[in-house]
Amino acid sequence: MNYKSMDEANKAVIDKITGSAPFLVDVVPAKEKIKELNDGKVLLHAGPPIKWDDMTGPMQGSCIGASIYEGWASSEEEAEKQLAAGEVKFIPCHHVNAVGPMGGITSANMPVFVVENRTDGNEAYCIMNEGIGKVLRFGANSKEVIDRLKWMQDILGPTIAKALKLTEDGLNLNVIIAKAITMGDEFHQRNIAASLIFLKEISPYIVQLDMDEKDRKDVIQFLADTDQFFLNIAMATGKAVMDAARQIQDGTVVTAMCRNGKDFGIRISGMGDEWFTAPVNTPQGLFFTGFSQEDANPDIGDSAITETFGVGGMAMIAAPGVTRFVGAGGFDDALATSNEMTEICISQNSNFTIPTWDFQGACLGIDARKVVETGIEPIINTGIANKKAGMGQVGAGTVRAPKECFEKALEAYAVKLGLI
Amino acid sequence: MLHTIIKKNSYQDSINLMLLTNSVSTMEGLNKVQIMMATPANKDIFKDAGLHTDELEAAESNDMAIVMDTEDDSMVDKVLEKVDQYLKDQSISNKKQGFETVRTWDKAVDALPNANVAMISVPGQYAADEADKALDRGLHVFMFSDNVSVEDELRLKKKAHEKGLLVMGPDCGTGILDGVPFAFANVVSKGRIGLVGASGTGIQEVSTIIDRLGEGVSHAIGTGGRDLKDPIGAITMMDGIRALENHSQTEIITIISKPPAEHVRNEVMELLQSLSKPVVAVFLGEKPEEYVGNVYQAYTLAETAHIAVDLARGNDVKPDYNSGDFTVENKNLKEGQKTLKGLYSGGTLASEAAVLISDALGLGTHIKNEEGYVLKHEGHEIVDLGDDKYTQGKPHPMIDPETRSKFIEEAGADKSTAVILLDFVLGYGSHDDMASALLPSIKKAVSSAKEDGRTLHVVATVCGTKNDPQSYDGHVKELRKAGVIVKETNNEAVRTALNIVGLSVEDNEKKHVEGGKSDKKFDLSVSEELTNLVTERPRVINVGLKGFTEALEDTGTQFVQYDWRPVAGGNARMAKILSLLK
Repeated sequence: MNYKSMDEANKAVIDKITGSAPFLVDVVPAKEKIKELNDGKVLLHAGPPIKWDDMTGPMQGSCIGASIYEGWASSEEEAEKQLAAGEVKFIPCHHVNAVGPMGGITSANMPVFVVENRTDGNEAYCIMNEGIGKVLRFGANSKEVIDRLKWMQDILGPTIAKALKLTEDGLNLNVIIAKAITMGDEFHQRNIAASLIFLKEISPYIVQLDMDEKDRKDVIQFLADTDQFFLNIAMATGKAVMDAARQIQDGTVVTAMCRNGKDFGIRISGMGDEWFTAPVNTPQGLFFTGFSQEDANPDIGDSAITETFGVGGMAMIAAPGVTRFVGAGGFDDALATSNEMTEICISQNSNFTIPTWDFQGACLGIDARKVVETGIEPIINTGIANKKAGMGQVGAGTVRAPKECFEKALEAYAVKLGLI
Repeated sequence: MLHTIIKKNSYQDSINLMLLTNSVSTMEGLNKVQIMMATPANKDIFKDAGLHTDELEAAESNDMAIVMDTEDDSMVDKVLEKVDQYLKDQSISNKKQGFETVRTWDKAVDALPNANVAMISVPGQYAADEADKALDRGLHVFMFSDNVSVEDELRLKKKAHEKGLLVMGPDCGTGILDGVPFAFANVVSKGRIGLVGASGTGIQEVSTIIDRLGEGVSHAIGTGGRDLKDPIGAITMMDGIRALENHSQTEIITIISKPPAEHVRNEVMELLQSLSKPVVAVFLGEKPEEYVGNVYQAYTLAETAHIAVDLARGNDVKPDYNSGDFTVENKNLKEGQKTLKGLYSGGTLASEAAVLISDALGLGTHIKNEEGYVLKHEGHEIVDLGDDKYTQGKPHPMIDPETRSKFIEEAGADKSTAVILLDFVLGYGSHDDMASALLPSIKKAVSSAKEDGRTLHVVATVCGTKNDPQSYDGHVKELRKAGVIVKETNNEAVRTALNIVGLSVEDNEKKHVEGGKSDKKFDLSVSEELTNLVTERPRVINVGLKGFTEALEDTGTQFVQYDWRPVAGGNARMAKILSLLK
């Protein structure tokens, strides 16, 4: 180990996180940044590595939609046949500097946000938010879904990209997050304030663009309607920051948490790129009418990168608007949740102070040791997908990261250090 | 049939509406109901649920839409009423917990940076580790946990002593620090008498008698039952005594102990003789014959309290304090009805009873402890029902009346029983109303004896004060109403019981003699930490039983609740890995 103690190593990781400078600089087709997507039929997916046969309904539904979107297949049946036959290669988003919400399915031509972490020069990518209801990330793949994706590819993505080019040096995301957390966002369940700030920042540039007026109106309308638009930017931000922190290669700070519907996976700073997995839990929450816990798919998506970064469920107290997802109670339960999360974190992020928490900083640096010691599993705010392919979202709630991942990570690290 | 209610411009967030939908769904007479804002995306969700209507389609994003499927038209109004009520009542009533709860030592110390005492009530096998962590953080330890090894106790107490800290316990049931009750303790007035004692009902009996006599207690420092035994050598008691010697508000020092190891006793005695303050000492089982120097040795707990009060008030100390009237009229005992059955919830009270009875029987002041029996001789039985034998997998008899009820009924059925002796221990931690809990069995025992032509006497003492959470006067009144003879102290109760069977205890008339001072020079100085412990209000990290916070809350004491769990959920392998990854 390059540090005198575990605490010192962890402190170095924390310093990387608090010192980071993430900027939103571009939107490009995924294949421009992710070279692996140019090599035949390739799809990125959420969570640790998984095979087609092991994917749950929503992720399979997304794969089918993406195959149709990319023009590899003209019908669901055809797509499914190709997928089942192994014609499509799968790569976890996390392995190519990307993160993806829910199914996380990302294909070559989907536009992705480019977030640059200026302190380390690394980038992270995430597809754009499609809105709610029938959307690809929850496994829906109807024509309406594909048409929207095409519009995002042709109009939305390029428009935002051009607008960003007009900014001096991109959008400073630490500033937007710091502002929005004081406005009641926690960046997983609730992103409305950050989405509005994004709209406020980007619209002066959009109005300057030389473009079709209907397209301009559609873009502005979409951004105005899409409350969760910032979520995917927040995810790319988390990824860019935590990947830089991961360069430390020592310590027990959790640098990634993600789920593929089958397994929950984590990385810790001392174990580099290695995943430590355990069967994923199924979220508990509130359901749309006609749906119940029975319909819930096991937890899925890379969006838990926000919790790794210290927001989302970890910052429950910042978002009184969503507090009741933690249970029957209200504000006090949210307070208890965030207080509980401080027990497994090393520090608090003074960049992101939370007014409803007496201006304490958001939780920062989940220490795998503390998770194992206390048995307190990190809490994640999450959407709930229907376990059947193509059905989309059925509710929202919370889920806990299984502590077995953290135990495995510590055990492996102790072996690596020659302690056992 | 579908019915639609649109509430125009009535914005509610989606979670709220999901909760509302859940709540309305439980109403009878509805096949289905959905309540959402009428946004385009939500309209699709209505569609999927088979709840799409033209009115809904016409509604706008800021309208709240309620669509229900029901055969009963009257449900529309009922649902609307429920929705309105729900929206009105949505402020959630949630009693706010007045204290902070944490799950790690780090957070506990963050939450209460100036904490100075850790109250530890975790399972015995983990208690020493937690005490270690507390000492490392510079905290005094009040260790309620039992089943801690003598080796651990010695190690912890040595470590504490070196750091200028105090380990009260293990198995420390009672303490009062600056008026703040710890664990099982009474609400005792603050005053000028300082106590150091084994741990449990000894301190409770002495401190409550002092309170009822109108004086008060500065501190009652519990030491744990083994402190005066051989390997430990009274480390805590001696430090406690030094702390009280240096505490200006403490004028009288009182120590309470069961029979100690001989050399430890002598060492403690020498320390006591070297103090500047008057001392009252009771070693249960010793029958002192004189008061020596500044040390007034008592025979019983009540006498201990009385001497302390007289000393505090500057009165002359009497030769003995057992001149009360213990006679009972109309004994009506049948031939062969001659035994005493003491069924105690307090261990020290039971021991005191055993001392007095064995003395009356001419056995010397003998206490044994076999199978929970502190005395068992020719049908006389004194049982400590708080002994491990009776509390395996069961609550302590101060909390749970069940075992004692059984014993009372058995004692009543025993034709030889003349008297049942009971203690009712009040204070924090104890049962809310033990009198009401035990009276049914007492009455049953008395009446079944009566049917058998016997008069069964029940003699009791109530260990408590007027300010205890339970009602002291209420207990006395209720017991007397049921025909129980209630005495002020355990000493009086036992002597009264003895009187019923025609026995009595002779007391020594103690003379005051000079001397006792030894040549040995004791270092009476104390650490800064110990000075602070007795001069400042305690600030507590409660590690374990949440119930112990009640007394802290009631007394306005600063504390934080540490909801302790074993490290890594008790997974030994992970605990080891954690210790390696420091």
